Amino acid sequence: MSLAIAVALLAGVGTWLLVRGGAVRLILGFILLGHAANLVIIAAGGTNRRVAPIVDGSAPLDAAADPLPQAFVLTAIVITFGVTVYLLGLVARIAKKSPGSELEEGFESDDEGVSRR
Amino acid sequence: MITDTDTLSIWVIPGVFALPLIAAVVAFVIGANRVSRAIGLLVPVVVFAASVLLVIATMEGEVVVSQVAGWQGGVAIAFVADLLSALMLGVSALLVFASMVFAYAAGLGMDRWFVPSVLIMTAGVYGAYLTGDLFNLFVMVEVALLPSYILMARSGTLTSLRSARLYLIVNLTASTLFLAGLGVVYGVTGTVNMAALAGLGALPVVAIATGVVVVALMLKAALVPAHSWLPATYPYTSPAVTALFSGLLTKIGVYALVRIISLVYEPGQTITIAVIVVCVLSMIIGVLGALGESTIRGVLAFHMISQVGYILVGVVLAGAVGFAAVVFYLIHHTIVKTSLFLTGGTVEHEEGTGVIKRLGGLARSHPIAATAFFFAALSLTGIPPFSGFWAKLGVLTAAAEAGAAVVFVVALVVSVGTLGSMLKLGTGVFWGQPKQAEPDDETPSDVTVEPVVAAGTVLSVASAVEAPPVTKWRPLLVIPGFALALISLGIGLFPEWLLVLAHTSGESLADPTAYVEAVLGGSTP
Repeated sequence: MSLAIAVALLAGVGTWLLVRGGAVRLILGFILLGHAANLVIIAAGGTNRRVAPIVDGSAPLDAAADPLPQAFVLTAIVITFGVTVYLLGLVARIAKKSPGSELEEGFESDDEGVSRR
Repeated sequence: MITDTDTLSIWVIPGVFALPLIAAVVAFVIGANRVSRAIGLLVPVVVFAASVLLVIATMEGEVVVSQVAGWQGGVAIAFVADLLSALMLGVSALLVFASMVFAYAAGLGMDRWFVPSVLIMTAGVYGAYLTGDLFNLFVMVEVALLPSYILMARSGTLTSLRSARLYLIVNLTASTLFLAGLGVVYGVTGTVNMAALAGLGALPVVAIATGVVVVALMLKAALVPAHSWLPATYPYTSPAVTALFSGLLTKIGVYALVRIISLVYEPGQTITIAVIVVCVLSMIIGVLGALGESTIRGVLAFHMISQVGYILVGVVLAGAVGFAAVVFYLIHHTIVKTSLFLTGGTVEHEEGTGVIKRLGGLARSHPIAATAFFFAALSLTGIPPFSGFWAKLGVLTAAAEAGAAVVFVVALVVSVGTLGSMLKLGTGVFWGQPKQAEPDDETPSDVTVEPVVAAGTVLSVASAVEAPPVTKWRPLLVIPGFALALISLGIGLFPEWLLVLAHTSGESLADPTAYVEAVLGGSTP
């Protein structure tokens, strides 16, 4: 249940940030949405089974954690991280090279950019 | 025969994915010079050769499986090449080659990031066509998307950064939704191996879980009602990049939809109605949008939405006949659409604008480009000597056989709309009186297509603005689109081989037993 609430909160706040506009908010929203999806996958593996499954092979099957969703999430986190770094780099570069230009306005301003497009 | 399949599964299939990645690293290290540009052309040629091998190996409906690291079937993350994958691989490599020739002629090859980005993007696309695993599909899509963000940001105009943001939001949302859907699928089935999911769609809970994935893919494929992002983003990059995006990125979505729907769902499930509604609406809304657009690429981008509807509607019509129509249409459309985008891009590069009102009478001064445009436009509409005729015939046959009168009628009526908007492009751009655009050249045009680095520094490309009114267009800009239009004509004149291949592929999509057995059958290489 706590996992479901966490997913709902993350997805809700993430979506809100995404539609708010503004480059940094967009990135933060994307990170939160990514976390929500990751928690869904963790939940899919079942959260009540907590014994390490492979270490010495003695874990009972009904108590051993499912390693596959953890591998999925690990991969997804890495991808999210890469995308985040790229996005932040893009925004930083635009802001640095052309402060106050149309570029920055289009990407940085809050609601104007959305309504104009 | 056995050694043949072994070579394919051990070397060719993983190689198709690995080669562009390695080549991308090499191209990036040596920088933007002749060698790296040559690499950018060579890799699609090699991949095309590999796809020919794969088509030959799978043309009787066989399935070549590469169980990565030699794990047992069902445990391994498999690469799977069936006829559909092999054909898509070949047609993608073809369009990448044509787009690269065009892009170099347009000066994009001067950007150090261009060749590596395209190579990585294509690696992701090839990987997506070959993977047999849903999670791997997600990874491949991400591999294809990350360089596309770079291409979008670096090759567009200043005003396009706003559309780059829209592009980012849509794709990030779709990817996240896909990931969440994947989690749900795993939660209810305990696997993300597509072969292991075969037929499970009969269970409502699996049907709903897979539905989340299907919705995410529909967003990527730009189907109605999630279509409006595409015409608002694609026309604002450089023309070569638009051609690549249209031929590769939306096609991943379409291909994945075909694959997943054909494997997971049973014919006659409720999803049939949903797919028909979405596709029919896409056909209509796409073509209506195209009629209202005022730039070349704007019209073409709306057509994509309409055409994706045509492609996908076959998925739920009349089993094997429908799937055969899907395969044929997919290949035809990829070739023709790229041709149109490249020819339209030539006009934009050489005349400095893509606004239809400012153009006219180009057929007189540039007959080859005009021929390429008319061939491709007629093919898109579905006029007999071109491949589009057979593609539309396939869809209509499938609709008639399935008794789907609505699809049949809409497909025909929308064709008229397609013809109308193509005539609008044709009369506006190629026929009529040449327009002298000198006064406009003085004002800062909003649609000049100079590649721009994200920071805003204009790359040193030959500027088309200073050219005299009637110039000879750079032949390397014209030829790729013309060649693809000729291929469409060739397929139209000699369609048997492709019809046979599409038919075989359609049968194995309708009955995926061979696919499932090949992947799960425990045969380790």
